Amino acid sequence: MTAGGTARWAGILLIGVCLSTLFAGFLAPYDPTEQDRERPYAPPSKIHFVDDAGKTHLRPFVHPWKDDGSGGYEEDPGTPVPLRFFVRGAPYKFLNVVNCHYHLVGVDAPQRIALLGTDAYGRDQLSRWLYGGQVSLMAGLLATAIALAIGLMVGLIAGYFGKRTDALLMRVAELFLAVPWLYLLLALRAFLPLRIGPFEAFLLVVLVIGAIGWARPARLIRGVVRSARHQDYVTAARSAGASHRFVLFHHVLPQTSAVLFTQAALLVPQYILGEVTLSFFGLGVGEPVPSWGNMLQSLQQYNVLVSYWWMLIPGLALIPLFWAFSVLADCAQKRVEFPA
Amino acid sequence: MGYLVRRALHGLFLLVGVSLLVFGLVAIAPGDFYSELRLSPTVSPETIRQLRMEYGLDQPLHERYLHWMVGMARGDWGASLTYHMPVWPLLRDRACNTLLLTVSATVLAWILALALGIWAVESGKPVFNTLAHGVAATLVSVPDLLICLVLLVWALRTRALPLGGMASVDSAALGALARWRDVFVHMVLPVLALTLSALPLLLRHVQSSFAGAMTAPSVNTARAYGVSRRRILWRHVLPLAANPLITLLGLSIAGLISGSLVVEVIMGWPGLGPLLLESILARDLYVVIGAVMLSTLLLVAGNFVADALLFAVDPRTREEHA
Repeated sequence: MTAGGTARWAGILLIGVCLSTLFAGFLAPYDPTEQDRERPYAPPSKIHFVDDAGKTHLRPFVHPWKDDGSGGYEEDPGTPVPLRFFVRGAPYKFLNVVNCHYHLVGVDAPQRIALLGTDAYGRDQLSRWLYGGQVSLMAGLLATAIALAIGLMVGLIAGYFGKRTDALLMRVAELFLAVPWLYLLLALRAFLPLRIGPFEAFLLVVLVIGAIGWARPARLIRGVVRSARHQDYVTAARSAGASHRFVLFHHVLPQTSAVLFTQAALLVPQYILGEVTLSFFGLGVGEPVPSWGNMLQSLQQYNVLVSYWWMLIPGLALIPLFWAFSVLADCAQKRVEFPA
Repeated sequence: MGYLVRRALHGLFLLVGVSLLVFGLVAIAPGDFYSELRLSPTVSPETIRQLRMEYGLDQPLHERYLHWMVGMARGDWGASLTYHMPVWPLLRDRACNTLLLTVSATVLAWILALALGIWAVESGKPVFNTLAHGVAATLVSVPDLLICLVLLVWALRTRALPLGGMASVDSAALGALARWRDVFVHMVLPVLALTLSALPLLLRHVQSSFAGAMTAPSVNTARAYGVSRRRILWRHVLPLAANPLITLLGLSIAGLISGSLVVEVIMGWPGLGPLLLESILARDLYVVIGAVMLSTLLLVAGNFVADALLFAVDPRTREEHA
């Protein structure tokens, strides 16, 4: 497959993930905080088309899990529970605005369906993954936006004005690059309040990651700006009487777009992972709000890790996502180096 | 030599700057170690004030910074509030463990990357090249957190390797040789996880810089003269490809130190990472500062080694900075 073809698939995948987390309310069968204490750690429901009598049904169905007597679950073949589509269920806000209670799939209450299994409180993992994506993806995107905005500003000022300003700003950037990334992240987190609500925690994580991430983009943008500054057209614009401001925004700024895009494709997955790591350590977004990081938290117990493999799914789902980002970053890098 | 001295001074400047940065962060921190104690009804405010005074937490920040700097110059890193002991011995053991992990992983990852990369490029068969690219592209999208978890699942299932810590419970009773073997067996999993997380980046760069060096005019000329393949590889290609790779060595160390934090915490390796996490949760100020400073020191030292190597290997660097 050509590089462009792969990049297209990567783009489609990313858009798909973004859309599915955006429409989490509709796609998720349940509310992410809805518990079912009767069925903790239930494995993913198996979807059947053929019943015990060997008859094929057009409408897929599942068998409810029942206790197998030894702490595990087994399928209860006596009662097929048909899947229903566009069912009325828990109320949610469609796109966080419109009140709605239709879900894509579901089963008749009191039975429950868990397509990706359930966690320690019997909460549906699929619903939590979809809602968790809103937190984790948004954290990655916002933190990248902050880091790039600061980086762009510092890079423009340092690269354009040069001399002492440049030296000072780049020394500061070096300081931020001298501390191993994760240590800096944790250190900054260390000096901020520990026990806070999920929303404040989310904002804090975004700000903390964004605030320490600006140094690398700033250095790269500074390099681009410095070389753009000595181009003939910049000199021409200046001698024709253009102000610094005009030159900066009309001649220098557009040059940085390629670097910005490549950096974004590199930083978004890194920052998603930053949120995941912080929440995994219990320093990020906390319960009961789901995030991809705190969904993995229970895996710190060895017995969960070994016995309930589906708890790993939220982690494994990161792999295709990160693959897509790395393909896009590669593609952008090539465009920068060898423009078509 | 002047170049190396300048690099060392630069490293020192970075360390001082980072210490200022970290103390600046302390300034914005709400509350300290004893804020939690205030909630307890059994501890009187008087006791808390006394404890604060004892550890100098009641002084203004710049005085604490000066005090800390003077202490640092004498090798005193402050006192841990949770362990009631000086920070340095605490950090020293942990840093040695982290170093053991990162150095082994660095060496292993570089050997693997060089072997795989050179083999893929040198064999001239596009199949191997694609294979190496594939390995790098796959591994690069697997976060280190996940590598650890998957390795743990494997180890738990097979019971092939011991988990957690760096020594068995009865290791104190073992002889010196057996104790080393014990540590080695405990090291396998974390080192493997770190190596796998560092490998893709290295492999990619080794491949691209060797592929670039293979087509250099000097190499073509040597080939035209009929120089043997092995000699071309070692005498002509390697020096050309070495320069960007040595720069990468410094960068890869940064990645490894960050990565080892995650690995240490998940695998229970008693390094700097778990200590940092623990002291963050306990608001143990000087341990946090010490751990951050020490990790920075490791990074700066790693970069210095890379600089020195570059100076030794690349005549251009020597002449530029002579």
